[in-house]
Amino acid sequence: MAFKPFFFGLLLVFFFGCKEPHLYLTKIEGKQISISDSLSTNNEIEAFIKPYRSHIQKDLDSVLAYSAGTYTKSDGDFNTAIGNFMADAVFDEANPIFKKRTGKNIDMVLLNHGGIRSIMSKGNVTTRTAFELMPFENTLLVVEMKGTQMDSLIAYLSKSKKAHPISKLKLIIDTNFNVVEATINGKNIEDNNTYYVATNDYLFNGGDNMTFFKPNNSVHDLNYKIRNALIDHFKKVDTISPVRDDRFIQKTTKNN
Amino acid sequence: MKRRDFLQKTSVATGALTLSGFGLQSFSIPVKTSQITILHTNDVHSHIDVFGPEDGRNANKGGVARRASLIESIRRENPNTLLLDAGDIFQGTPYFNYYGGELEFKLMSMLKYDASTIGNHDFDNGIDGLYAQLPHAKFDFICSNYDFSNTIMDTHSKPYRVFKKDNIKIGVFGLGIELEGLVDKNMYKETKYLDPIETAQEMTRILKDDEACDLIICLSHLGYDFKENPNKISDLKLAAATKNIDLIIGGHTHTFLSKPTIVKNIEGKNMLVNQVGCYGINLGRIDFYFDSEKNKSAHGTSITV
Ligand SMILES: [Zn+2]
Repeated sequence: MAFKPFFFGLLLVFFFGCKEPHLYLTKIEGKQISISDSLSTNNEIEAFIKPYRSHIQKDLDSVLAYSAGTYTKSDGDFNTAIGNFMADAVFDEANPIFKKRTGKNIDMVLLNHGGIRSIMSKGNVTTRTAFELMPFENTLLVVEMKGTQMDSLIAYLSKSKKAHPISKLKLIIDTNFNVVEATINGKNIEDNNTYYVATNDYLFNGGDNMTFFKPNNSVHDLNYKIRNALIDHFKKVDTISPVRDDRFIQKTTKNN
Repeated sequence: MKRRDFLQKTSVATGALTLSGFGLQSFSIPVKTSQITILHTNDVHSHIDVFGPEDGRNANKGGVARRASLIESIRRENPNTLLLDAGDIFQGTPYFNYYGGELEFKLMSMLKYDASTIGNHDFDNGIDGLYAQLPHAKFDFICSNYDFSNTIMDTHSKPYRVFKKDNIKIGVFGLGIELEGLVDKNMYKETKYLDPIETAQEMTRILKDDEACDLIICLSHLGYDFKENPNKISDLKLAAATKNIDLIIGGHTHTFLSKPTIVKNIEGKNMLVNQVGCYGINLGRIDFYFDSEKNKSAHGTSITV
């Protein structure tokens, strides 16, 4: 047993002395490789994806409704058929949910012009159409606003020179972009009234410089994506034939 | 009994040494080199298919099946490769809307990802939606500054992991972005956000001192840089405020860099911050070369980007 300490000592040398030489980091190289068409496709991966892709495509292409015309967001200066369709569809789908939860009605809907992400073409309307119109995951919120806050909203719209989609609000501006008339349900907006404005989370958080929603402690999250509201709407209607109307107009002459 | 064990171990050790080419007599250390390849993605956002030829920005780019063949060829060239993702795996194509992230996780598993951190969009179906997809992920989620202890994700993510490749110990930790104000509370529930710099200091201490790592990598979803909000923590800030991190693999800001950024850490030592845009359009590749010859290291570490 006398050799044991010696042996142990030798082992220590084995394990700690020269088992592995210590390695030093001498060089770092960094680059980025583009995933381009010069790379080959891994067939196993491709085959694995295929059934998922086919299912989605089939579902996206299933026909839900028919569009009577081709509608684009550049069809009007202050309101467009496609924008009116989207804001009205949001009202139609969201109001029953809001009413069921709170007993109140949505007073108006405000979306943003930039949020219309594609045209709606004449012909079959599919789930894909909804994804193209609204690729983002934005959800609907109903914001409680005082009449004074509504004034900021109206002022924003009157100066924006954009056809932001609205529903249930009627707005007339003059050639200087000043408000001539702003009504909800045919009535002027009163400072002390509360208005329930449906919009999306992006705009509520100040998107498109819509800073008038905040500060606000009374927000109802409907947990309902705009895209899903559109899909639900497509399923209910047969033909979509929206029109540009007089919900937001500019009066060019005094007597007009 | 004890002695027999002892002798057996000795012979095993001797055998191993002989195999490694070390003579018992000679202690002159042979030149040993090692190359560790780190491959990384961020913010892939459910982009599984190649962008179509009509796409305005990324026509004919990306695609998981192509990324797979690229990774495969790099691994063939150097098996000592780690494949990492910096979060925001979810959200961006109908694949996510239809399958909730199942396909994304399954494909990442097939590509043999080693780990990912968690991005804000990975909460888009709620923390329950993330949890529900975990069975499809054969890789680890590493996040050091989200305290999930009062959530369903508790014990399903790791604060750090040590990978060993070619006797090089690689420590990986992860940092997520502050969720409040960015993600609805209903989605992330009781997830607690911890200070990234303090967390990084703690993680690098553990990885350097306790785990004796040769390389330390931070998977970050903090964002590259916030010029308009200079007080907000970012990868560049984190890099400058910490030590012992060799590489920060970033995400969140979808930043396309022409090359990885060299940043001086708090000790004045150069390290790298990288991010490769988004949507699986690019793969980042960082190679770390180790050498046993001390004279080489006397000149410090050279960085080529
Ligand atoms: Zn992202």
